Amino acid sequence: MDFGLTDDQREIQRTARDLLAERAKPERVRAYAESAHMDAELWSELCELGWPGIAISEEHGGQGLGMIELSILCEELGRSLAPVPYLPSIMAASVIEHGGSPEQQARWLPGLASGETIGALGAAVDGVADLVIGGADAQLIVLVEDDGSARVISSDEADVSPLASIDPTRSAAQVSAGDGGELLADGCAGLGRALVAVSSELVGVCDRALAMTVEYVKDRKQFGVPVGAYQAVSHRCAQMLLETEKARSTAAFAAWTADADAGQLAEAAAMAKACASDAGREVTASAIQAHGGIGFTWEADIHWLYKRAQLDAALLGDAKRHRARIAAILAEKAGAATAA
Amino acid sequence: MDLTFSPQEIAFRDELRAWLAQNPPAPEPTEGGEDAHYGWRRDWQRRLYDAGWAAPAWPAEYGGRGATLTESAIYFEEIGRARVPMAANVLGLLLGGPTLMVWGTPEQKERYLAPILSGEEIWCQGFSEPDAGSDLASLKTRAVKDGDDWVVTGQKVWTSGAQYAKWCMLVARTDGEVAKHKGLTYFLMDMEQDAVQVRPLRQITGEAEFNELFIEEARIPDANVVGGVGNGWKVALTTLMNERAGLGFALQIRLRQLLDDLIGKALERGVYENYAGELAELHVRCESIRLLAWKGLTDIERYGQPGPEGSLVKWLWSDTNQRLTQLAVDVVGPDALTSGTRWSYELLRARGNTIEGGTTEVLKNIVAERVLGLPRLKVAV
Repeated sequence: MDFGLTDDQREIQRTARDLLAERAKPERVRAYAESAHMDAELWSELCELGWPGIAISEEHGGQGLGMIELSILCEELGRSLAPVPYLPSIMAASVIEHGGSPEQQARWLPGLASGETIGALGAAVDGVADLVIGGADAQLIVLVEDDGSARVISSDEADVSPLASIDPTRSAAQVSAGDGGELLADGCAGLGRALVAVSSELVGVCDRALAMTVEYVKDRKQFGVPVGAYQAVSHRCAQMLLETEKARSTAAFAAWTADADAGQLAEAAAMAKACASDAGREVTASAIQAHGGIGFTWEADIHWLYKRAQLDAALLGDAKRHRARIAAILAEKAGAATAA
Repeated sequence: MDLTFSPQEIAFRDELRAWLAQNPPAPEPTEGGEDAHYGWRRDWQRRLYDAGWAAPAWPAEYGGRGATLTESAIYFEEIGRARVPMAANVLGLLLGGPTLMVWGTPEQKERYLAPILSGEEIWCQGFSEPDAGSDLASLKTRAVKDGDDWVVTGQKVWTSGAQYAKWCMLVARTDGEVAKHKGLTYFLMDMEQDAVQVRPLRQITGEAEFNELFIEEARIPDANVVGGVGNGWKVALTTLMNERAGLGFALQIRLRQLLDDLIGKALERGVYENYAGELAELHVRCESIRLLAWKGLTDIERYGQPGPEGSLVKWLWSDTNQRLTQLAVDVVGPDALTSGTRWSYELLRARGNTIEGGTTEVLKNIVAERVLGLPRLKVAV
């Protein structure tokens, strides 16, 4: 049993982290967030590097790599909060690739792989999605319903009303499909991967929140000592690490099942999203608290992590909803066990 | 990343599983109290020993199978899964033996390892004292050289199995002049002397897993010093590190079984929907513990050192067991509050989980200081 990444995967991780550390510095992220625009230059660069297509099959213009590689990129983008529509677009692509008919895949995936087409994915009720992350930037929007169906609609055909969410590092919109768009052959098939992607992004967000907090509490002195020396603060940080590592290990496991043991993906993805949603909310809130007064300021940048975590935690079902799914799976297994 | 077992590991697991299935222990005694129960565990160890399954992690030269870390983890998972008792000499097998393998002289290994494995000589641990729990290094039990012997006086607490033990892993102060960590020595003390009195320590569940030791001028031959005079702290750390490693995998499976039983109970009583969310959360925690434990092994195998997972696993496991046993009161009903039942025992016993083997407060300190690199506050008293 080996939880480690391969050398190639570690290379992807390293270059992604270095690139974003250079091209998505906090000042730059803040500037784009405050202007509520995406960083088109960075998006272009990521497209040139093949990021949007990393897990799309080579047949459709992607790199043909797996969920683990995709998760690595999602985590790094979460860590940096880069203001680009990466997550929305690859989620749309996942659902189309694994749930679309061959014809649907051939029609939509190449554009999504190259990044020429920006995608988005949102949960809808009777064709209306109240908040689609990336909805205002997308050309192609996937709406998933509770009944397991999914529909793809172009931004031209849909009724797209941009709205300002609390996380301006990505656009948002209310999207109404009416009777338009096209049903995917299988609406559910790619959802597990979409859940793993957002869970991985949340791991990156939590990791960054913890790193910023540790740095701050080592530095900030009160009563003559760094505040991180006080157990109330250090124990809070330890709790943040525990939550982050829980989320990290369940997300990693889920990514692995997507590539190696698909039968476990549904349950693993629900576990990952439940852990990551809770971790995202708690760790970023804790980070604000540990920063004291500064944590509550616009300037200190912690709030961007909190806001991103809030949007991601609610995306495609909060922790409670996923635990309800898990509970259903457990009851089924228990029933099967007693029947056997 | 590969979360499957190798063919060799699967073979190891299957061999053990088959043996356990074909060789169940005798039924747990319902009469005869603690002595009968201990005898049952001793017989079980003898059977494991005869089949070569008492301590697979021990090197072959000492009677083990030279099992890898992964195989060792599999061993504890299977022992847990089969719901068989812990071997009677669990402390000797998991702590004493491995400590001697690192720090013992060839003569000591020759003399002590085989009887640990067979269960002929039971071992106990004499570390904590009434005034030295989390601050173990401040311990006061004193050992003074007298000819070829050391004369020991002091008190130990939380010594499990002491009433059946032949040997005690005793840490005592041999030098009161130096810094507290540096004046300690690790001894093997013969429990069968009048100078060592064992008094059971009754716990909140009603019975006494643990004991107090009252040591009044006990004698320990110089040959029973382990790791050299004054080196006791380092030797003790080896023992404590082993405490965390092996048992964890069995405990985690026990937790899983408890949860499966609780889910079954909820369904049986028709209250599953009321507690579905909490049960699912416990399931997520159980699986996280398992993943973190296995991830921890990867770190040891790749880097020779445990990563953050070591402290995190024990912390998460103890907290989860407390939540689970508390939820059981709601799910199971009055049976869980009735003395002598399984669920009431688990509820009460779980209170000790966040204290034994490193309190949660200390584990958080370890994570904060050693993993996150936060400074430690020195309080002027």
